Amino acid sequence: MMEIGLTHYLVLATVLFAIGLIGVMRRKNLLMLFMASEILLNAVNVAFAAIGHYYGDLTGQMFAFFVIAIAASEVAVGLGLLIIWFKRTGTIDLDTMTSMRG
Amino acid sequence: METIAFYLFAILTVAMFTFTVMSDQALYALSSMAAGMIMISAFFFLLDADFLGVVQIIVYTGAVMALYAFGMMFFDTTRAVKEKNTSKIVVLTLSVLSAVMVIAIFTMPIVADNITAVFPVPEGVDNPQAVGIVLFTKYLVPFEVAAVMLLVAMIAGIVMAGKKMDRSLTKMKEEEITMMRQEEIQHKVTL
Repeated sequence: MMEIGLTHYLVLATVLFAIGLIGVMRRKNLLMLFMASEILLNAVNVAFAAIGHYYGDLTGQMFAFFVIAIAASEVAVGLGLLIIWFKRTGTIDLDTMTSMRG
Repeated sequence: METIAFYLFAILTVAMFTFTVMSDQALYALSSMAAGMIMISAFFFLLDADFLGVVQIIVYTGAVMALYAFGMMFFDTTRAVKEKNTSKIVVLTLSVLSAVMVIAIFTMPIVADNITAVFPVPEGVDNPQAVGIVLFTKYLVPFEVAAVMLLVAMIAGIVMAGKKMDRSLTKMKEEEITMMRQEEIQHKVTL
């Protein structure tokens, strides 16, 4: 069997990132769009941890931690905004957000 | 053994996330994403990043999933989610972007062959200890900034989601609730 190298992990991260990208492109519901963005962040985390491991460096893990922290706050703020939008318009469709008027 | 684990979890993760992206039921998408997050943490354990794997499980499948579950209950997404018909330009952009990214990722290890470790893994300590040593010496300021950022995000979430929380829907009478709804509708019309 082939030894698992850095390239394997990077290819996996690419595939996951592409899946997330497809999700961002095809979703209309904003809650589902947020989920797709979480997949994007996770794909990057895998790449960070893999590169850090194969170069014997801890920086990759550190960046993955900060990405996780940012993802958590993004979800909190994003859902808060989404709740306000839902209270105002009664829908969370992306198409209703085309105008910037208050 | 590592090879088998890698391929098993790779297939599982890709399958779970594909289901998350393609499913038109919000509940199924949410559950499959929670499963996919746990599968992702398996890669961190494979890469000797034990602490990161534990954090992944706690933060993503614990906190973030709970937030999404609350959001799902709030937004009434139990019915099937309608999706837009993606135009051909969008699909083209997507495929071109993905192709460019794949090329970049495949050429990156070749370019970065002369890379040196900035913070090498310390000898003779476990992963959580090594993470702690680096996090609380070299990355102390970003760590504190991240803590403040999380606090700000928490306050922002409370302020934005907590509007009209002074009125309790469980203690109000039916007539009061209908009156409040009508007021809201009138308020919306005047906007």
